[in-house]
Amino acid sequence: MESDTTQTKLELEKSHRRWRMIKDRIFGWAMAVGGISVIITIVMIFFYLFYVVLPIFGSASTTPLVRYEAPFKGATIAHLALDEYAEIGFVITADGEYAFFAANDGTTINQGKVSNGTGRSVVAIAAGDPVQRSVTIAFDDRTAIVVRPDYAISYPNDKRHITPTLEYPFGKTPVDLGEASGKILLLAAQSQDDEATIVSVTDANVVSLTHVTLTESFLGDEPAVTTTHTALPNIEYDISDLLIDVEQRELYVASAQGQISYFNISDKQHPRLTYLVNVLSNDHRLTSLKYLSGGISILVGDSSGAISQWFPVRDDNNNYTIQKVRSFTPFTAGVSIVVPEYFRKGFVAADEAGNFALMHTTAGRILATDRIATNSLQALAISPRADALLFLTDSGELEKRSVHNEHPEISWNSIWGKVWYESRAEPEYIWQSSSASGDFEPKFSLTPLTFGTLKAALYAMLFAIPLAILGAIYTAYFMTPKMRNFVKPSVEVMAALPTVILGFLAGLWLAPFVEQYLVGVILAFVFIPLSFVVTSFLVDKLPAGVSSYFRNGWEAAALLPVVCFGIWLCVTLSLPIETAFFDGSLPAWLSENFGISYDQRNSLVVGIAIGFAVIPTIFSISEDAVFGVPGHLTTGSLALGATPWQTMIGVVILTASPGIFSAVMIGLGRAVGETMIVLMATGNTPIMDINIFEGFRALSANIAVEMPESEVNSTHFRVLFLAALVLFMVTFAVNTVAEIVRQRLRVKYSNL
Amino acid sequence: MKSIESINKWVGSGSPWVWLSAGMVSLNLVMVFGLLFLISVRGLGHFWPAAIESVELREKDGSTTSLLGNFVEDEIVSAARVRGTGSTVPEDMEFVRRYLIKVGNRDVSGADFVWVNETDITSREIPLDSFMAERDEWGNFYGNLISVKLDGEIIASGATAWGAMQDGIARKTQIRRQIKGIEKDQIGKINYAMERLRLRTKRLELDGVEAGARIDKIAAERLSLEKRYEALNGSLSELYKELGRYSITAATVAGQQVELPVSKIVRAIHPNQMSMFEKIRYYFAKMWEFVSEDPREANTEGGVFPAIFGTVLLVMLMSVFVTPFGVIAAVYLREYAHQGLLTRTIRIAVNNLAGVPSIVYGVFGLGFFVYFLGGNIDQLFFPESLPAPTFGTPGILWSALTLAILTVPVVIVSTEEGLTRIPRAIREGSLALGATKAETLWRTVLPMATPAMMTGLVLSIARAAGEVAPLMMVGVVKLAPSLPMDGNFPFLHVDRKFMHLGFHIYDVGFQSPNVEAARPLVYATAFLLVVLIVALNIAAIRIRNRLRESYKAGDG
Repeated sequence: MESDTTQTKLELEKSHRRWRMIKDRIFGWAMAVGGISVIITIVMIFFYLFYVVLPIFGSASTTPLVRYEAPFKGATIAHLALDEYAEIGFVITADGEYAFFAANDGTTINQGKVSNGTGRSVVAIAAGDPVQRSVTIAFDDRTAIVVRPDYAISYPNDKRHITPTLEYPFGKTPVDLGEASGKILLLAAQSQDDEATIVSVTDANVVSLTHVTLTESFLGDEPAVTTTHTALPNIEYDISDLLIDVEQRELYVASAQGQISYFNISDKQHPRLTYLVNVLSNDHRLTSLKYLSGGISILVGDSSGAISQWFPVRDDNNNYTIQKVRSFTPFTAGVSIVVPEYFRKGFVAADEAGNFALMHTTAGRILATDRIATNSLQALAISPRADALLFLTDSGELEKRSVHNEHPEISWNSIWGKVWYESRAEPEYIWQSSSASGDFEPKFSLTPLTFGTLKAALYAMLFAIPLAILGAIYTAYFMTPKMRNFVKPSVEVMAALPTVILGFLAGLWLAPFVEQYLVGVILAFVFIPLSFVVTSFLVDKLPAGVSSYFRNGWEAAALLPVVCFGIWLCVTLSLPIETAFFDGSLPAWLSENFGISYDQRNSLVVGIAIGFAVIPTIFSISEDAVFGVPGHLTTGSLALGATPWQTMIGVVILTASPGIFSAVMIGLGRAVGETMIVLMATGNTPIMDINIFEGFRALSANIAVEMPESEVNSTHFRVLFLAALVLFMVTFAVNTVAEIVRQRLRVKYSNL
Repeated sequence: MKSIESINKWVGSGSPWVWLSAGMVSLNLVMVFGLLFLISVRGLGHFWPAAIESVELREKDGSTTSLLGNFVEDEIVSAARVRGTGSTVPEDMEFVRRYLIKVGNRDVSGADFVWVNETDITSREIPLDSFMAERDEWGNFYGNLISVKLDGEIIASGATAWGAMQDGIARKTQIRRQIKGIEKDQIGKINYAMERLRLRTKRLELDGVEAGARIDKIAAERLSLEKRYEALNGSLSELYKELGRYSITAATVAGQQVELPVSKIVRAIHPNQMSMFEKIRYYFAKMWEFVSEDPREANTEGGVFPAIFGTVLLVMLMSVFVTPFGVIAAVYLREYAHQGLLTRTIRIAVNNLAGVPSIVYGVFGLGFFVYFLGGNIDQLFFPESLPAPTFGTPGILWSALTLAILTVPVVIVSTEEGLTRIPRAIREGSLALGATKAETLWRTVLPMATPAMMTGLVLSIARAAGEVAPLMMVGVVKLAPSLPMDGNFPFLHVDRKFMHLGFHIYDVGFQSPNVEAARPLVYATAFLLVVLIVALNIAAIRIRNRLRESYKAGDG
């Protein structure tokens, strides 16, 4: 019986022990899983940022979807276009026959022929701006008709249905193009709202301009069409290309040899030749001339396979010159077709050997190249959303391709380098991420923002380093323990102050204060340190009994009234000095005499505020480093007759220097990433100027301002993530260096 | 010669350098305490009922104008600068003192504040009769009371008017409270229930249920809710009618008579007649209003209660996440992981994450939590409210998680430090007595490390309470329609957006249309935040010191 209970007891104990062991195991596993997952989460931050940023550096790709026989097989195709959803294609032949067809299989939806009612034949066809969609057709009796494919969208049964029709925005009655000798060879036309401009060239090289306006009559009948005709000045070369911008203010007249005349046609009665340029060297021929979206730049394709971007640049005297901005050489064969995107600054080009390439001007990148046919394409169209391409081959087949090209505007150079943006006089670093207009060229240069961040950090460190390090040295080495017990918690409180409060005070209190007492503030930077030295001298002159009272590590306490008095004095003297020497206002005086502009929220204010925020970090770490210097080193030095300050310089700082270095690095890391202060205490304008009295825009503030407004997964969104990644990597690197130095120091101390 | 020698001796002793470094410490101290002093004075001074003064000014053309209001600020500027603004200053003067006067009456005169040069002031006095009324819109009103009207009839004027107006205001306050009770609680509840019904219907639709008992039940519920709503609406319009009955007629200092509805007056005082006791009472009443009421007038007046609530709730939610995560990671790193190069690297990495800018965490939170996690949660669990996002939009949950990731290194470092400080002997003793590793940890090591964990937690709370930059991306708003916690099931709405003291400071101080009027409130908010954070830090320092004391003996 007894042994039985012992047996059960033992059994129980055994199972209990087993259970304990299992529990131990489970606990260990739980801790490992939990701990590792927390660590992974933390590490994931970096990878997540990287994952979001990566697509902007990727190149584009196209995927063939379908290939089918094109409508009007065998006919010459004058124009090819796609609707917004890339569902419906529009094609018009050189004879004026048109068709709408399903872009996915080629079934014709709707077709017809544009005619002027007299049976005259079509001589030239010109497509206008892709966004406006208009196509102008000229007949051999010097008349023209403007047509425009229109897509009405309805949602029967919650499914999108598009009904294409051909509109005649200026009526079906042909517009007269005026008298001129010869037969029309070339045509260029643009129409927008109730205005159209048609320029034609005859085989006698006569250029004439017709301006068409539509006026709504009050009676509500057919709107009235008014036309005016102007002959352009004589052109000396044989014209091969014409180009009008969508606003109908500029006209380019080009020859195959590359001469381009740039006309100002704002005044339709008096076209004015503004500039003449030769865009080709050697004996290449001009094969294509197109506007980039927005109507500012022109793209010139030539027979060598190069495409160059040109635009009018205004010089200081307000004269325009057409300048070459950049060029691409995607092909070895001559360029045959150039098609711009509708809204972005990208374009597609094809060559005579059946290759095509996607490019982007701002980024200067060739994003994708591929071969689609064995010889030159007849036509090429891009969808308005730039997500599909339609190719018409020489043999009369259409191929539709989907395009994956989300972030063409980004390249290493467009983010960090100087970029020559449209309408700018020279390559520049600019950050301007958004604008009201749709075809605006986004300017994503992180350089001015990084400059702003570094500028803030520089001035902050200039302010913080002397205050923090000298203060730390004194606190660790000279101060009495009693006062240390008070100073250290005070610095910890300083560290805890939220930066939003520092930023608010900097922006709303310090900035106006500095503006009003600028002289006093500048004076204080010189006068206050000087006053410490003077006090030292005076104390030195005091009788030994009195001065020794101040020398027992209470100097800092003794100097408190000196600091207060110094600040008071500087503020009081500020106004009289300003009145006596600077005409009552130093900021105004500076800008008048030296051209130094003064912003109220400037780098000086930010430097002081961020300096204030990083002082506690630098102070605490350097104080630890100095305080940790082994005592036998200092006592040894003192015993050999060195003064305390000599010991400080020769022994303590030398030993603690890695620690102080790491303190500065960690402080720098904080200054670089500071957000609220820079957001509130600067004007947030992305300028690059080292002037201490001007503001800047920092990476961090830029993220805070723009991130909530950026569209998810857009280029802007990803570039802001890139800015965050840059901040992350910089601070992480700086901190790692500091941390490694600190750990080395710890080992060194323990060996001393 | 002798003096040069003595200077050389003085420089040689290093004394100037020592004093220079000492001065830097003093300068730091002056800056810290100066800043705290500035915030306290401006923040606390905001509630004091300042005297109303009337000022007569000489205009350029010789005529005089009068102003009535509080003197807010004065400064001395150079005469040149004043002349630059177009004012005339006597030729022989080099400096001019000028005053900023809060004159209120934005609806009448257009601007709340006026700068006045001392040279233009002909007389300055403190009129006993003038009063100041805080209003729901257009800022303060300054003037003299003429009469009080009820339903358009004058019921009191002259000496009795003041009492009648105060009665009217008291009545109005009472009705307002009733209205708020109905609008916020009862109608709010009905609206919430209606919305849930709508979502349930949508859910059923998505599941393919078109008709049936469940749909009928929803329709019946909706009908009863609508009935209740009608009833409440009826009593509301009664109350609103009652609210509009009182009005006052008052004269501005320029003599213009203005009719003000009492329903728009929050409170009216005549500070020049108030005794010290009344002033103190008023001071504390204002302070109480500040911490307990909702903001008014685009956050520039009234209280900051929703911001306090949001901040506290955010920090509490964050603590719930950060404590277990931080402690588990620290225990794993210190007690379980093999101590080698990898652990050292991880430790450095964790340490460094504390130095990564907070805005980076905000970006991460927005991308990962809000758009990725939140978006997927919406797809899976809340398809009925799409395309309106539930969790796929910034909210307090994502803010708390973002701050938790931001502060987890603090807890890890602090807990690890606590674990390192526990003497080996204690662990070995426990193990020698037969305890397993888990038991040793759970029963001896972790309890002894609690103060360290507490320090870590308090420090992380102090950091989180002051962080604003990341919150601007993951959930904070300038004005939230409702608190993230209320009487509607499930009571805690972690998907809602919230207000925050730190963001309030940024928003009111920099984004508000009337920065000058809002400034005192921003100082008060800043003071509140500083008090909160300094208190938390002092708590952390205390806990840490006690911890150090208690293990000093064991270190031996």
